[in-house]
Amino acid sequence: MITLDLIRDLLSWFLFLLGGAGVVVGAIGIVRFPDFYTRLHAAGITDTAGAELILLAMILQAPSWLVAAKLVIIGFFLFMTSPVSTHAIAHAAYVVGLRPMLGPLLKREGEA
Amino acid sequence: MLGRAIILTVSLTVLWLLLSGYFDKPLLLGFGVMSVALCVALAVRARVLDAEGAPTGMMPRVFLYWWWLFAEIGKANFIVARQALAVEPKLSPKLLRIVSPTKTKAGLATFANSITLTPGTVTVDLEPGHMVVHALTEALADEAAINDMGRRVAAIEGRGG
Repeated sequence: MITLDLIRDLLSWFLFLLGGAGVVVGAIGIVRFPDFYTRLHAAGITDTAGAELILLAMILQAPSWLVAAKLVIIGFFLFMTSPVSTHAIAHAAYVVGLRPMLGPLLKREGEA
Repeated sequence: MLGRAIILTVSLTVLWLLLSGYFDKPLLLGFGVMSVALCVALAVRARVLDAEGAPTGMMPRVFLYWWWLFAEIGKANFIVARQALAVEPKLSPKLLRIVSPTKTKAGLATFANSITLTPGTVTVDLEPGHMVVHALTEALADEAAINDMGRRVAAIEGRGG
């Protein structure tokens, strides 16, 4: 019998798997991409799709509306703070003079 | 100033109630009222209740913008994930210089953070009026799309409050 609980469980499991896949893909990207700046982009998948989809799945499983509200707040703060921390490290690297690999050949400026 | 203080008080009260979950314990609610009052008083005293600290001018429209941004983040996630899993990733990193059409500091911060939040593009440098953006591939280094995002942010910042 298809009940509302079953639909909710299926939906939240789907989101858990999708979010988990996002975290794993982000980690794979961090290992595979060639330099600091390109790795930041891979970390971006973990921060956005990974974290938010898992939170959404947890909201569907929340035992009370108060817990759901707290999860929404966590999602909101992640959404507001993760780009700030990403920008902080990217900007620090840029200001210190770490040159990004550019173009399809992934050459650093000034390299042969 | 008064409007911003009221909005801050209301949002802090709602946050306190939701995080604590106490609705009928007078002593604890009293402590909550005290902590909210202290926070608002400190914010006023530190003079952070300005257009930058509490950007209420963009408040109603920013929620619509977020829905649009969620969709963009979803699409960009897909592109970056495909590169991460590709047998031979076709990366072509590029630095772009983007001129921001925003007029307020809060608008500039929203624009720069939206770019960073979208996987595949990260704001690496931010100057008044322009920014340097690092993009992962040729397809993600789409200046027209980034400028379109800037126009949307400029549209929601309104009269600059």
